[in-house]
Amino acid sequence: MSSADIYREVVLDYYRNPRNFGKLEHFDISSHDTNPLCGDEVDIQIKVGNGKTIEEIMFSGRGCAISQASASMLTELAKGKELEWVKQLSKQDILGMLGNPELGPSRIKCALLGMKALKTGVYGYLGATYDGQDGTEGSR
Amino acid sequence: MLKTEPIDLEAIRRDFPILKREVNGKRLVYLDNAATTQKPRQVIEALVDYYSRYNSNVHRSVHRLGEEATEAYEGAREKAARFVGASPKGLVFTRGTTESTNLVRFSWGEKFVKKGDTLVTTLMEHHSNIVPWQLLAKRKEANLRFVSLTPEGTLDIASLEEVLRDSPALVAVTHCSNVLGTINDVAKVCSMARKVGAATVVDGAQAVPHFPVDFAAIGCDFYAFSGHKMLGPTGIGALVSRKELLEEIDPFHGGGEMIKEVFLDHSTWNDVPYKFEAGTVNIADAIGLGAAVDYLTHVGMDKVREHEMALLRYTLESLTGVKGFKHYGPREPENKGGVLSFNLGDVHPHDLATILDEEGIAIRSGHHCAQPLMRWLDVSATSRASFHVYNGQDDVDALKAGLEKAGRIFRL
Ligand SMILES: Cc1ncc(COP(=O)(O)O)c(C=O)c1O
Repeated sequence: MSSADIYREVVLDYYRNPRNFGKLEHFDISSHDTNPLCGDEVDIQIKVGNGKTIEEIMFSGRGCAISQASASMLTELAKGKELEWVKQLSKQDILGMLGNPELGPSRIKCALLGMKALKTGVYGYLGATYDGQDGTEGSR
Repeated sequence: MLKTEPIDLEAIRRDFPILKREVNGKRLVYLDNAATTQKPRQVIEALVDYYSRYNSNVHRSVHRLGEEATEAYEGAREKAARFVGASPKGLVFTRGTTESTNLVRFSWGEKFVKKGDTLVTTLMEHHSNIVPWQLLAKRKEANLRFVSLTPEGTLDIASLEEVLRDSPALVAVTHCSNVLGTINDVAKVCSMARKVGAATVVDGAQAVPHFPVDFAAIGCDFYAFSGHKMLGPTGIGALVSRKELLEEIDPFHGGGEMIKEVFLDHSTWNDVPYKFEAGTVNIADAIGLGAAVDYLTHVGMDKVREHEMALLRYTLESLTGVKGFKHYGPREPENKGGVLSFNLGDVHPHDLATILDEEGIAIRSGHHCAQPLMRWLDVSATSRASFHVYNGQDDVDALKAGLEKAGRIFRL
């Protein structure tokens, strides 16, 4: 696996033309997370339908291609799903979405930043606490 | 034009065991020297020699090993002091630049800064020359003001004059920026500051490793540097000052070794610099720093500087043509240390560092502990290549090829 595989065309496309990028006017969930090592930032906003589905979702932020493309892809994946689905989401899902790149420990945190923001926001809305026990912990 | 004989690059490289290492099957191209430099075997051997032959505490044991260790530790102090044009009595060993600026914050700041005073630093500082002053300002209800920069990334003298009208208590400035490479005329800044009665602190973390430094000629009150950025071990550095000033300010840490006499209700302080070296000091690494000073002295700091200037010139020339290459800071090697910050098109520095790592090239990417400067540059991060004496044109050529590869992957 080489960096050419990490930065596949689709990743670069999401980096340069992020889908669901921006802010929602009305939202029920808002979550912000950063990766202080890189200075990557991701904000996720969600409008909840019927108290249980992700009706609308947008993200904004800045940072490396991996963090931004991954957050953008994740919003597409999450749209229309039940909030409970977010709980099942795993590190493998995110890496699979990116084409299973071989990332070192510092760059994995970039890939998982969007998921961490999403989980923190959704768990909070559901009255739970996200404990980071699926590979996104320790990104401080 | 070279003023002196160039260095013997191959001989120097043989002194650095780590340079034999491969990364991802490629020759290690180490261009992250502003973060920390590699260590020559002479430094590594000095550490091994201390631990295997005369490991002992200093200043308190009268046995043979204790005397040898004390002699080596004090010998290192003399070497380090002489290296920067200071007197050994004026050199306090610390953990590094960060501990040195914090020592000034507590020992000088607690005693002399008053409510409503102004403290001054600049927009190009490392966090270690900003945060201590923020904390001091907060505690003393003082104001912290920043000298701004010219578009080329040098200190804006008009802005300095403006803040000096406040008659600040302190002016803190870096000798050489770890991001832009800008070498500041610190003698001039200190002389301007002194005229309005300000104490002066100079951050020499990126200066002492790369060019000759003369504390006495700069005329500052405090000068800080780190051993690990000048071929020495981590965990050791220095705060340089004048003996009389060190006598005037308060101790930093309290404990053993820094006292003369201890009573139940008070204590008296040891002579300087020992008054600031509480507890068992970092003996091994101080000795290692002494060995690094010997090494650099042997190579010659004028030669180190000329080598890095030539490399800087070569790098700017060869990278300027690379598609998307954008350089930050002064371009003239005469005003610039061996540090080069840049971006490549819209490739985020961390993505660039990942691609270069695959080629065995180590650069730094991020905010370089200089977030106010990043905001001033209006970037979230930069990539940074920084040199030391073992880097050569082949390293720059590898960097150039790596940047071109990144440009292809990102379709710039
Ligand atoms: C200009 C400058 N000042 C201060 C520091 C802090 O040095 P240290 O981390 O060794 O205390 C550094 C290095 O990180 C630096 O480049």
